[in-house]
Amino acid sequence: MIANVLIGSLTIAQILLALAMAGATFRMLRGPRAQDRVLGLDTLYINAILLLLIFGIRSGSTAYFEAALVIAVLGFVTTAALAKFLMRGEVIE
Amino acid sequence: MTPVTGLPPWAALLTSVLVLLGAGLALTGSLGLLRFNSFYERVHAPTLATTLGAGCVLIASMVFFSALQTRPVVHEILIAIFLTLTTPVALMLLVRAALFRDRIEGQAYDEVKARALSADKRALLPHHRAIRPAPIDLPGGHHPGDGHEHDPR
Repeated sequence: MIANVLIGSLTIAQILLALAMAGATFRMLRGPRAQDRVLGLDTLYINAILLLLIFGIRSGSTAYFEAALVIAVLGFVTTAALAKFLMRGEVIE
Repeated sequence: MTPVTGLPPWAALLTSVLVLLGAGLALTGSLGLLRFNSFYERVHAPTLATTLGAGCVLIASMVFFSALQTRPVVHEILIAIFLTLTTPVALMLLVRAALFRDRIEGQAYDEVKARALSADKRALLPHHRAIRPAPIDLPGGHHPGDGHEHDPR
């Protein structure tokens, strides 16, 4: 019975995180300016990390954890590079 | 698909509560990202998902796998440390870029606005009104500049 509670709450959490990702995607597509789009992308990858962790809890395997770690590293590099691009107009100078 | 049957009830309950709390906080941050008005307000909202939301989900994952494998599993703390270290750096870089862009693009507009404001203030100052030349007394009581130049009388 408690397993059903856990499965149900994992499903609800997945739905909530999908809604959060939809909001971040809306801000990324309709952001008034470029920095709003970058902020939407930042929120999107953080929500993707959380969704992957919940997938990992649901399936009981730790393989999703490594994917979440890779997304965290690459997401930080993406945001830093895009901020530098907005600042200077080029990434590598 | 579900290895959760062999889980002790306290671990399942704690995992459920923490996962729901983390996902709700992430959704709250995303709603703030949607509903705030300016960029400098919007940049605060997703940090709710980054700190508390990610912390809750990571602790839930640690509790779940520790109870499932009956040994301490703490490798999720890597993601926690990494997010805590990198999110302020990335968002500060982004906000500095946004400030730079606003300053560059707002310069011309600010100059025009300042000029218009100073012109308005000059017209409202009393000494400018005082040193305005007095109307010349023309015969017939017709003064130039009092708005009756095209009067047909």
